Amino acid sequence: MPVSLSDLEAAIRNAIPVAHLEIDDQSSGCGENYAVLIVSEAFEGKSTLARHRFINEVLKAQIAQMHAFSQKTFTPKQYEAYLQKSS
Amino acid sequence: MLRSAFRVTYTKRVSSRLPIFSSPTLSLARRYLSQETRSKIQDAVSATPVVLFMKGTPDFPQCGFSRAAIQVLDLHGVPPEKMKTFNVLEDSELRQAIKEFSEWPTIPQLYVNGEFVGGCDILLSMHQSGELEDLLEKKGVIPPVAEESQAPGSPNTGTSSA
Repeated sequence: MPVSLSDLEAAIRNAIPVAHLEIDDQSSGCGENYAVLIVSEAFEGKSTLARHRFINEVLKAQIAQMHAFSQKTFTPKQYEAYLQKSS
Repeated sequence: MLRSAFRVTYTKRVSSRLPIFSSPTLSLARRYLSQETRSKIQDAVSATPVVLFMKGTPDFPQCGFSRAAIQVLDLHGVPPEKMKTFNVLEDSELRQAIKEFSEWPTIPQLYVNGEFVGGCDILLSMHQSGELEDLLEKKGVIPPVAEESQAPGSPNTGTSSA
């Protein structure tokens, strides 16, 4: 069962306030391989492991149907630093 | 658990010398992680400082994420005697069980000193930020590099990774 990009987006946006969101379908269309980048103030003060666990839980049903799932989680501040570093 | 239930050796508790994850494929394990399986995994992650559950083997990883995890650990010079890998593709019970055990939906999964560190994304981001090196040093997996960099007399040169 393919997972749609809009499903993922809705699930994430329902769970936390999102400052920036990138969802990359890397599956060439089969809907089984996604990479997401989430920027949210909800991540403030949480370890990466805790953030990833949280997102894993939010997207539990979807991840179970995928072959591969990759995530990056930033607070707004960290994302700014990340952008500056990579530009 | 059906087939293993018929194996007499498994019902005895003296089975510690058996290969730990040799039990056959069981669809029931998907829903229910038995105490026995749980304690086997607990023993396995506690027995070696670095434990990686992966697809394939270090020499022949069968997934890009597992390959990345192995490469990062290799880069940090984790000595082979301090690391053990489990190939979940060879044991589908383990493949399901480890997901429940760690409450983590994907493979690879890294444990250091019995503690769950994370999957590939976390491993890579910890590698980039330097946290992984700190962790491995702190847990005594790799020797601290401080002595080396002090020798040339310029402590602030830092390491530039090309």
